[in-house]
Amino acid sequence: MRKSFKLRDLDCANCAAKMEDAIRKLDGVNSATVSFMTQKLTLDADDARFDEILQQAAKVCKKVEPDCTIVF
Amino acid sequence: MTKKQKRMLIRILASGVLFVGAVLLPLSGWAELAVFLVPYAVIGWDVLWRAVRNIAHGQVFDENFLMALATIGALAIGEYPEAVFVMLFYQVGEWFQSYAVNRSRTSIAALMDIRPDYANIEVDSQLHQVDPEEVSVGDAIVIKAGERIPLDGVVLEGTSTLDTAALTGESLPRQVQPGDDVVSGCVNLSGLLKVQVTKAFEESTVSKILDLVENASSKKAKAEHFITRFARYYTPIVVLAAVALALLPPLFTQVSWLDSIQRALNFLVVSCPCALVISVPLSFFGGIGGASRAGILVKGGNYLEVLAKTEIVVFDKTGTLTQGAFNVTAIHPDHCDQSQLLELAALAEASSDHPISRSLLEAWGQLPDRSRVTQAEELSGRGVKAVVDGKVICAGNDKLMDEIGVTWHPCHHVGTTVHVAADGVYLGHIVISDQVKPDAQQAIAALKAAGVHKTVMLTGDAKQVGEAVAAQLGLDEVHTQLLPTDKVDRVEGLLKEVSPKGALAFVGDGINDAPVLSRADVGIAMGALGSDAAIEAADIVLMDDKPSKLAQAIAIARRTLAIVRQNIVFALGVKLLVLVLSALGLANLWEAVFADVGVSVIAILNAMRAMRTAKQ
Repeated sequence: MRKSFKLRDLDCANCAAKMEDAIRKLDGVNSATVSFMTQKLTLDADDARFDEILQQAAKVCKKVEPDCTIVF
Repeated sequence: MTKKQKRMLIRILASGVLFVGAVLLPLSGWAELAVFLVPYAVIGWDVLWRAVRNIAHGQVFDENFLMALATIGALAIGEYPEAVFVMLFYQVGEWFQSYAVNRSRTSIAALMDIRPDYANIEVDSQLHQVDPEEVSVGDAIVIKAGERIPLDGVVLEGTSTLDTAALTGESLPRQVQPGDDVVSGCVNLSGLLKVQVTKAFEESTVSKILDLVENASSKKAKAEHFITRFARYYTPIVVLAAVALALLPPLFTQVSWLDSIQRALNFLVVSCPCALVISVPLSFFGGIGGASRAGILVKGGNYLEVLAKTEIVVFDKTGTLTQGAFNVTAIHPDHCDQSQLLELAALAEASSDHPISRSLLEAWGQLPDRSRVTQAEELSGRGVKAVVDGKVICAGNDKLMDEIGVTWHPCHHVGTTVHVAADGVYLGHIVISDQVKPDAQQAIAALKAAGVHKTVMLTGDAKQVGEAVAAQLGLDEVHTQLLPTDKVDRVEGLLKEVSPKGALAFVGDGINDAPVLSRADVGIAMGALGSDAAIEAADIVLMDDKPSKLAQAIAIARRTLAIVRQNIVFALGVKLLVLVLSALGLANLWEAVFADVGVSVIAILNAMRAMRTAKQ
């Protein structure tokens, strides 16, 4: 399943790159892009575990940039 | 300006004033430090706080940490003004960056502001505004003058002119009347239109386009990947170098500890990769946004990169270089006058759906009186046979004439020839041909001028016809009588001619050429207004049907790439220079701040130029 989410308060381009890198390494993620320009996360992950993976991705974002939240 | 940006601006100004005050006060020692700490705290508290918080999260080499370390280090060795200034300037840079990025985001969002807000549905002769997503296929909607067409459909009632500029970049309005297809996203300029919806909102052109543009930034260019990878190594290496620079020289040479620590602090300030990380995607984003304003949709930065190095352009003929609509171009009667010949041919072909029959009827321009025609039969691959006004009329190609034993003569006009015979007597022939698009010749010339080595045309059409078109347009190569699979083979052959650094672009109308579109380095579909197959199959979509847009697309791609390259070379060059100068003790913190924030600002300003490309 492939879905896009808006990212709120993503303020730094380098952070976006770091998030993307970390989310890609999560188990079950087929592909992920974090676009600083459009402030969007596009996540392609296992259907069955999608919500769980999304929660993990949100945690990763928080870790890299604590102010940043994924808008569900 | 957002609230956050306003608050930051006030902090920058306040801290700036306090900083100037601190510089002017004739103090020394602890008092001086105390006075400088005030503007430092005003401008830098959040950076320090984030640095601490992020270390707790395991994020060591982030920019907050580096800035905090560099400025605290400067304070520790007594460089108070430098410390405050570095922090102040860093925040100015950050502020500017967020302002610039925000601005380009909103202006690109405005460019793509084609999303319709509502649809008017008629219920009991009263108009109701509903969400376009709630309208289903087959419903009739009403579009008033000045409103945006919310869903794709067919005009039931009313005539009007449509502004398609938001989709195609074309400023000339388009006329529509009952029976015409209309696409969502266009603006109804004059009359009231009643439209029957043919596609649900998610399937409508406007949704497809928005989807495409919004997802464009997820396909990243090589340059973007390079930069993020570079950033991952650059910062740790520079920080390690800073540590080495602080510790080693005093141990082994005459350089004092104070000097070496100063040099190391410079390294920390320069170690942020921000300028690069922000300016490269911003340039691509701007280029894609600028292109979409001109009616050129690019599905990702990577395609701009490929398009910029195009060496060979391969065109499909029908519908791409030619209009794809057959017109009668010559009528040569032998024993009757022109209108009689056309009338007989049109009536004989009246019941056929073949494009040739339709163009004959169109040229004749009257509604056929079916009672005059009997026993019409279609002779596949040859023509038609029918009884018109009691005479047996045969209309078709030379094979048909040979079959019925009529002597015919060829025509000197290039095109498809329809011979007509009545009761076994040759009456003459009509030539039908596809017309070249008005800007096709100019398009080929513009590509040549842009440095494209070779232009090739592939067509399934007859040799004679294809070669005539190729000669007229000045194409370098033409291959005729090809089946769709032959086209793929030809493209594969041509791909071998492309140099390792070059690329091959294929331009088609999206009908029947999906395999070729995907085989080429970059597949371009044109005339996509209303054809979602084309939007899906291609990498780049030209919304209107003008081949001359291709040269413009290449120009935009090249300009964007040039800006990206300038930014990479400039930012890396200045950083390296300042690193070397710092290591030798020839640069101070002021220069280091310039190499960080100043370069960032200049690179962003440069990147924003990419958006303006399409205005020419």
